[in-house]
Amino acid sequence: MDQELKTTCLHEDHIALGAKMSPFAGFDMPIQYAGIIQEHNAVRTAAGMFDVSHMGEIVVDGPDAEKFVNHIFTNDVRGLEPGHILYGMMCYPDGGTVDDLLVYKEFESGFLLVVNAANIEKDFDWILKNKEGFEVEVFNDSDSWGQIALQGPKAEDALVNLMGIEELRDLEFYTFYDLEDEDGGRVIVSRTGYTGEDGFEIYASPDNIRDIWAMLLEDGIQPCGLGCRDTLRFEAGLPLYGDELSADISPVMAGFSMFCKFDKPEFIGKEALMAQKTGGVARKVVGIELSDSAIPRAGYPVELEDGTEVGVVTTGYHSITLDKSICFALVDSAHAALGTPLWIRIRKKVFPGVTVKKRFYQTNYKK
Amino acid sequence: MSRIIEGLLYSESHEWVKVEDGLAIIGVSDFAQSEMGDITYVDLPAEGDEVTAGEEFGALESVKASSELYSPVSGTVEAVNEELESAPEKVNEDAYAAWLIKVRMSDASELDALLDAAAYEQVAK
Repeated sequence: MDQELKTTCLHEDHIALGAKMSPFAGFDMPIQYAGIIQEHNAVRTAAGMFDVSHMGEIVVDGPDAEKFVNHIFTNDVRGLEPGHILYGMMCYPDGGTVDDLLVYKEFESGFLLVVNAANIEKDFDWILKNKEGFEVEVFNDSDSWGQIALQGPKAEDALVNLMGIEELRDLEFYTFYDLEDEDGGRVIVSRTGYTGEDGFEIYASPDNIRDIWAMLLEDGIQPCGLGCRDTLRFEAGLPLYGDELSADISPVMAGFSMFCKFDKPEFIGKEALMAQKTGGVARKVVGIELSDSAIPRAGYPVELEDGTEVGVVTTGYHSITLDKSICFALVDSAHAALGTPLWIRIRKKVFPGVTVKKRFYQTNYKK
Repeated sequence: MSRIIEGLLYSESHEWVKVEDGLAIIGVSDFAQSEMGDITYVDLPAEGDEVTAGEEFGALESVKASSELYSPVSGTVEAVNEELESAPEKVNEDAYAAWLIKVRMSDASELDALLDAAAYEQVAK
């Protein structure tokens, strides 16, 4: 075992459940417990829970907090109500993506930035590097928090049953409540997730997260690994940093310019992203559906009928919910329009497909 | 603990071989299917295709990843288990019942290089 690997507060619980473990973003994480298909279906039809304690939490506070977050974030937090959350990106001046993240507007003051595990150090350095001239305090609070994502059509019932707080049913999509555990510790419950289903993300102290995990397990909630986290987010058209967003793939290229607010006075990357938005980009992320059930995998070439390579698969699966082979691919913009026939080379054969909307699965958020 | 059946031959790349009337019936071991997880697609050669010992002849795909199949013997594919095309999960259910291809061997001495159950047990862990 790599000694550098970090573990989450639920690591022992995963081992006890017999999870298949694998390194992810520097953490030893559960890939699956019962099997990816069973876990995936549990989230689509009932409820599942994920250990997402590896995610990073960065606090931004101080007199200039709002101005500063708006400087580094593509979405617009001006006037964001306490208890509300926005999704967006941090970008480099050239428009490339530093990370995608959630920004929580705190009730007291300041913001909580929830970032990808693989990017915690990079993001924190980026934030520190850019805070000159702003009166803000920034700290990396990632080690204080454990986190469970409770997702699926029965997540609301499971959460209310767990916490005994009926009002949690009223929590709106992309908002959160601040709660207290028995020892006065802070618990955040937000109506957010990464599966395309209704659901919640629960942040609490590592000890408390272990208790919550054990109680949900006792209530029969299916533990779910990173395997189905990826199949679920993929079907719902959600990007994974490193695959569909990266230093080389801007939010505009990925099709997420709706999260870039160009009416803001300024933010890092604004000029470059605006130029991409108005002048076009060389490559775009598209969805492709194959007529065969062969499976397109990340890295496989995307071609025209005559064999000209015009792109590459970024994520692909035989969709568990939709029972067809689909993928995200980064392709030359000339071939990115909906309904364009494209071919994917899978081992020795070439399979025909067509570009489709990236939200393959009709999401079931509670709006 | 994965199942290993006495009397079959095994490759280090986790295929099994059962010889019947000069035909090599080829599948993947229980260890292989359990490592792969839920298998969702099988990519097999066509009847009449030639396969070569040690070379790729197809792939099994699980939700997460694709695993190449390597032929334990050389010869001509005489039968392909077409049932797996619509029911790839049969490989997970019983890897020794869900054969993949049957090969008319061109050189039966290649079987000597394969492992018996006891030797394979050392590989499959």
